[in-house]
Amino acid sequence: MQYLVSVIDDKSNPGSTDRQPAISAFNERLIAEGYWVFAGGLADTTAATVIDNRGEHAVFSDGPFVESKEYLAGVWVWEAPDLDVALKLATEASKVCDRKVEVRPFL
Amino acid sequence: MSDVEEAITRVHHDEWARVVASLTRRFGDLDIAEEAAAEAFASAVQRWPADGVPPNPGAWLTTTAVRKAIDRIRRENKRDDKHKEAQMVYDNSPAEPLGAIDDDRLRLIFTCCHPALAMEARVALTLRMLGGLTVPEIARAFLVPATTVEQRITRAKAKIKAARIPYRVPSAEDLPGRVSGVLAVLYLVFNEGYLATGPDTDPVRHDLTAEAIRLTRLIRALLPQDGEVAGLLGLMLLTEARRTARVSASGELVTLDQQDRGAWDEALIAEGHRLVRERLAAAAAGVAPGRYQILAAINAVHTSARDIRDTDWSQVIALYDQLVHLDSSPIVALNRAIAVAELDGPEVALAAVDRLEDKLAGYHAYHATRADLLRRLGHSEQSRAAYDKAIELAGNTAQTANLARRRDQLR
Repeated sequence: MQYLVSVIDDKSNPGSTDRQPAISAFNERLIAEGYWVFAGGLADTTAATVIDNRGEHAVFSDGPFVESKEYLAGVWVWEAPDLDVALKLATEASKVCDRKVEVRPFL
Repeated sequence: MSDVEEAITRVHHDEWARVVASLTRRFGDLDIAEEAAAEAFASAVQRWPADGVPPNPGAWLTTTAVRKAIDRIRRENKRDDKHKEAQMVYDNSPAEPLGAIDDDRLRLIFTCCHPALAMEARVALTLRMLGGLTVPEIARAFLVPATTVEQRITRAKAKIKAARIPYRVPSAEDLPGRVSGVLAVLYLVFNEGYLATGPDTDPVRHDLTAEAIRLTRLIRALLPQDGEVAGLLGLMLLTEARRTARVSASGELVTLDQQDRGAWDEALIAEGHRLVRERLAAAAAGVAPGRYQILAAINAVHTSARDIRDTDWSQVIALYDQLVHLDSSPIVALNRAIAVAELDGPEVALAAVDRLEDKLAGYHAYHATRADLLRRLGHSEQSRAAYDKAIELAGNTAQTANLARRRDQLR
């Protein structure tokens, strides 16, 4: 079972910026224990572009699809046997990256 | 009620959770398990009056339910592949060495009370899957529309499936935290029964308190070593023992000091005291008691006293001091202050209560406690204002009646 783990940051109360070494160590462990599928940090939401090509012409717009105080700062994809395992890892992940995380199963 | 109807009711109480739990394991799907169990009981209602109650009703029901489930899966045979995919994660390894019985019902409890589900969903799911209450029964108990309860249960089941919430007893390391999550669900059900919140419901909902006790007994049977399970059961029994003395014939709440102690249920008190003694022995051996054990011990002190003056208040306060260390909530501090009033007088207590204003200004019991203390100190006007505020905030009919009478007795 694969889970998307979203790292959520808060513009008005951002998590600390010195977490990279701890995150790298945590990623090493995820790989060693067989949970790691993918991980990546994201650039600021101001770097986002939304494309809507449902109509006649593609429309590009600058910025994220929704403006909010909380935003997606990075993602993991984990392979875990069940939600209990994923939640346990996510509990550590939140501590490690000093941010909230959301766990969501893939279909 | 005929003998057969009585037998069906009893079997429903005793076997529902077992049937649902064993079907959940076999088919890996809560939906199928619930529906098949309900159909099996419906068959029993239809057939037992004519055929007689089978010698082993539990086995009859499980066999019937399995057949119903297989029928359903065949009917929807396209679903079969999907069904296999969606099977719940079932851990077949033997239970951890906790002294826990490997019982499917225990897995079911932990699944229904999973921390990834919203509290209302946990309550509804637990009452439906373990308690065997119907959706309309749960809706009535919590004063919400049946469609809301149905939705909560459906969503919870969908999340369990989609997110793969497992069907197993948590590991030894996670067990205490998860048990405490289960106990929180049961305590919430009990409290809703004990002090029903709605202005249009009975002040005490015996159906809910009884169901909470029944489920806590079940968990006690499954986890006999767990101190907090024993503590919660003791707390519920010692509270339930006072139920009939707690509301007067005219529907008014009777406070502890005014209750007819002869009307308390001696058998429940004896059982509650046995549980508290068991936990005191464990505490003496160095096992630190948890919150429910301390609350049970406080209730044991109350139920040991012949009247309010005979109560060992210093013991009650010592127990609250212990509780404050575990639970720094202002409600605990408020209850401690009520005991302080009996030992050190209303003035000392009032000072302690007034310090809680910031946190408890919206809580009826804060104002009711202040009102009583002010009344005892002879401050009638302030007392009246506090009663007014308490009445405004209280939702329970019996409590409102009691507060109004006390207010109206002020000179």
